[in-house]
Amino acid sequence: MQKKVLLNASQIDIIINRLVCQLIENHNDFSNTVLIGLQPRGIYLLDKLLNVFSQNHSDIEITSGNLDYSFFRDDFRRNEKTIKVKPSNIDISIENKKLVLIDDVLFTGRSIRAAMSSIDSYGRPESIELMVLIDRRFKRELPIEANYFGAKIDTIDGDKVSVVWGNNKVDNVVYIEK
Amino acid sequence: MEQLSVDNLLGIKYIKRDDIDLIFNTADHFKEVLNRPIKKVPSLRDITIANLFFENSTRTKLSFELAEKRLSADVINFSSSSSSIKKGETLIDTVNNILAMKVDIIVIRHPNPGAALLLSKNVESCIVNAGDGTNEHPSQALLDAYSLKEKLGDLDGKKILILGDILHSRVALSNIYALKLLNAKIKICSPLSLVPKDIESLGVSIENNLDKALSWCDAVNVLRVQHERMEKSYFPNNREYSLLYGLDKKRINNLKKDILILHPGPINRGVEITSDIVESKNSIILDQVENGVAIRMAIIYLLASKMNISKES
Repeated sequence: MQKKVLLNASQIDIIINRLVCQLIENHNDFSNTVLIGLQPRGIYLLDKLLNVFSQNHSDIEITSGNLDYSFFRDDFRRNEKTIKVKPSNIDISIENKKLVLIDDVLFTGRSIRAAMSSIDSYGRPESIELMVLIDRRFKRELPIEANYFGAKIDTIDGDKVSVVWGNNKVDNVVYIEK
Repeated sequence: MEQLSVDNLLGIKYIKRDDIDLIFNTADHFKEVLNRPIKKVPSLRDITIANLFFENSTRTKLSFELAEKRLSADVINFSSSSSSIKKGETLIDTVNNILAMKVDIIVIRHPNPGAALLLSKNVESCIVNAGDGTNEHPSQALLDAYSLKEKLGDLDGKKILILGDILHSRVALSNIYALKLLNAKIKICSPLSLVPKDIESLGVSIENNLDKALSWCDAVNVLRVQHERMEKSYFPNNREYSLLYGLDKKRINNLKKDILILHPGPINRGVEITSDIVESKNSIILDQVENGVAIRMAIIYLLASKMNISKES
């Protein structure tokens, strides 16, 4: 397989700053908004977003949490391996809140459906939006689209997109393997 | 490790340390689920579970049933008192008839040791042992160890006392297996007549003086005297048993430290433990009950995850 850099560290940095600005445009003071990082990999993008908020927009108070949707996946008993469950950490009521689900890659849409089903067990939010770093177009199996995205890319079956978060900002990179 | 090493839960004897860690880790997540406003997940919506209780049970049966329902499984319950067992049907025939109704998992409690093992060898289904005579009660041992770990942290080197009727207790045997896998130190304290022969070969020591045993331990698991399994008298009377082996406030107050107190239930108040100790701050008996649902959800979820749909079709 051929591995190609899709986004380098500075492009990712620009994207994350843009995504934060887009969130501010739509959510004003965030008093009724909760950002939810999806396990296992969306939590890293949430972390990066929170860093930008605390560095550049420290006047805005952000409420956030992490969600694992493993128990709501539609492929239980369809894999050879047991789905590895990660912790969920939502300590606040999401009743009537505006939620933004955050993940690294949007592919078939099945994970997002599972996450939306899972979030129901915490309450009934006013609305749910979706933010992803990479939107793999044309691969959707369900009618799900992102409200905020870093980059849209065209992929075919067998392509692998991996988002690597380094210890330092300069080590962040998105690869595509063809 | 992401999968259990076994396809049935027949006893702690058959599982490994990694299995316990996986069950505990999964139970952590189910505890979080049980604290959500809606305490249910859809994972087992295509699974049917039969709870076959050939022996009386309150806690275990309710706990399994609730765990199964929280996982969205379809549940049927069977009790031997209202069944064809009374008409002479064998265990394997009864279970095969139930399985013919497309049941996926059998949870069984039976008065005969080895009943769950026998079933697993003779029927095509996943078997969970909910207690087989005086042999094992694996889910109880797992929830006991999980409750201990929650309070004491890693159980490596922790000193656990098992007090009471060891001879007739499946909880004691499963606890010993589980605690040994977790590297805890185990002592048992019981009248000599209620100590199984060769119990030391399992790596436990015996202390007949309760006060000494209590001053040694970090936690004590108090077991009920199982009169219903006794065909003869093992000690003079309840009063004498209580004086020598009963846990009361005076004994606990005499200790110069706090110890955790567990009891798998049902409790004979005033015999093996007094009411004030059951309700004291040291008691984690209700934590055990709460954790029981999460542990049983984890056991069933992990066993079901190995029942791959493609293999069925």
